[in-house]
Amino acid sequence: MALFQVSGLKSYAELREQILPARQTHLFDRTNHYNFGTKTQEFAVPLGVDPSGFLGTCSRDGGVSIDLNHGTTTLAFKFRHGVIVAVDSRASAGRYLASNDVNKVIEINPYLLGTMSGSAADCQYWERLLAKECRLYRLRSNHRISVADASKLLCNMMLGYRGMGLSMGSMICGWDKEGPGLYYVDDRGTRLSGRMFSTGCGSSYAYGVVDSGYREDMAVEEAYELGRRGIAHATHRDAYSGGAVNMYHMQQDGWIKVCKDDVSELIHRYRKGMF
Amino acid sequence: MLSSNAFVDPGKMKDYHYTGPVEHRFSPYSFNGGTVLAVAGEDFAIVASDTRLSEGYSIHSRDSPKCYKLTDTTVIGCSGFHGDCLTLTKIIDARLKMYKHSNNKTMTSGAIAAMLSTILYGRRFFPYYVYNIIGGLDEHGKGAVYSFDPVGSYQRDTYKAGGSASAMLQPLLDNQIGFKNMEGVQHVPLTQDKAVQLVKDVFISAAERDVYTGDALRVCIITKEGISEQTVPLRKD
Repeated sequence: MALFQVSGLKSYAELREQILPARQTHLFDRTNHYNFGTKTQEFAVPLGVDPSGFLGTCSRDGGVSIDLNHGTTTLAFKFRHGVIVAVDSRASAGRYLASNDVNKVIEINPYLLGTMSGSAADCQYWERLLAKECRLYRLRSNHRISVADASKLLCNMMLGYRGMGLSMGSMICGWDKEGPGLYYVDDRGTRLSGRMFSTGCGSSYAYGVVDSGYREDMAVEEAYELGRRGIAHATHRDAYSGGAVNMYHMQQDGWIKVCKDDVSELIHRYRKGMF
Repeated sequence: MLSSNAFVDPGKMKDYHYTGPVEHRFSPYSFNGGTVLAVAGEDFAIVASDTRLSEGYSIHSRDSPKCYKLTDTTVIGCSGFHGDCLTLTKIIDARLKMYKHSNNKTMTSGAIAAMLSTILYGRRFFPYYVYNIIGGLDEHGKGAVYSFDPVGSYQRDTYKAGGSASAMLQPLLDNQIGFKNMEGVQHVPLTQDKAVQLVKDVFISAAERDVYTGDALRVCIITKEGISEQTVPLRKD
């Protein structure tokens, strides 16, 4: 349009290019791009509509109902012998339970783990991308990426798309030169280092349980049981969490997968104290 | 007669009576119905779909199957909005050819699933309204099923139902193939003949209770010998 060119206003796509790292991702303001972007990832954006509210407006008429997989409880805490990571395994799409055995922990490398909560697709995609970046870092600089750096990479990816409707709450856990590391990263660009975090719709229940039983000098088995209880009680009270507890223990020489316990069996075991 | 809606209500019928002023805006999507199902066995996989294409109260076609053959060992089932299903399968075919020309080998089922996840995520802000299920054989010759949501979240399963009657079929499959909620039953592995018979029975039940499922059933059976297809008639009402 002539006026647009004369006025010297920059289009949305050009502004984005200045913020995002060059040639890594592109937003295409046309709806007819076909994702042949095998070298660089391209994103299609609906014309003239705010992307974060777009799906909500479509899901009303003509029977269209686009529901994306959601929902979780995850928790992680540092203690004397490393970091415990425990997650549930439920994915819901609207009111329908899409799956009860999703893996919500991504094994980035033998010294780094990432958890997923919020929108399943967002978490899977961006953490896979983080795993790729961590691998490239290892190859280029000849040493393993630190937990602080890995979480910063993920945080900057989220900041690039802030306000566009992504939904991701993740904890990056690892063991590097500084010792055990635990960072919380979310879709608004929050990045916090801490001793204990819990994310997802069942997080309040998990916080209550873990806060009441946590001691820095716990034995390893005690810590496993605390993690298990946190998730089990959260799934008991939160409708959108359930399935099984997947637990990992991050130690100095890498992570180990501790267990995968079905939540209904755990609740049966804890019944004596509950009912 | 209209009855109360099921939990996810695709194809919600418009009210007959006047409820007040309603804003009508252009929607890029529409719901064309259809159900897809995939089951993975020890050395086979089955992908089945009905063949009805509907929109609102009408049926556009009684012979529009939703299974598409991708390679000799992989079949994809797509249901949801037919326009997006067609475009998505064309893009997948193009990307398969590109891979074949660059790498001189056919893509494996796992690789196709991972690729489809990034294709779907490339439209995170303007999704393809398609529910995909991929069925095929993995590199070791075992059956594999991968199920997706519209923006690319995926995982490997043993069995999955997608589409308009998915909420009705999935519990039945959980019971018959996963042996969930059954006590004291022996977990026998699924044979190919039993799986095909189960799939046919399951679709007949779906056609009874879901208005968007019916007309005919197309079953694709994937084994190391290749892909064989069968068509079974279903209720046409």
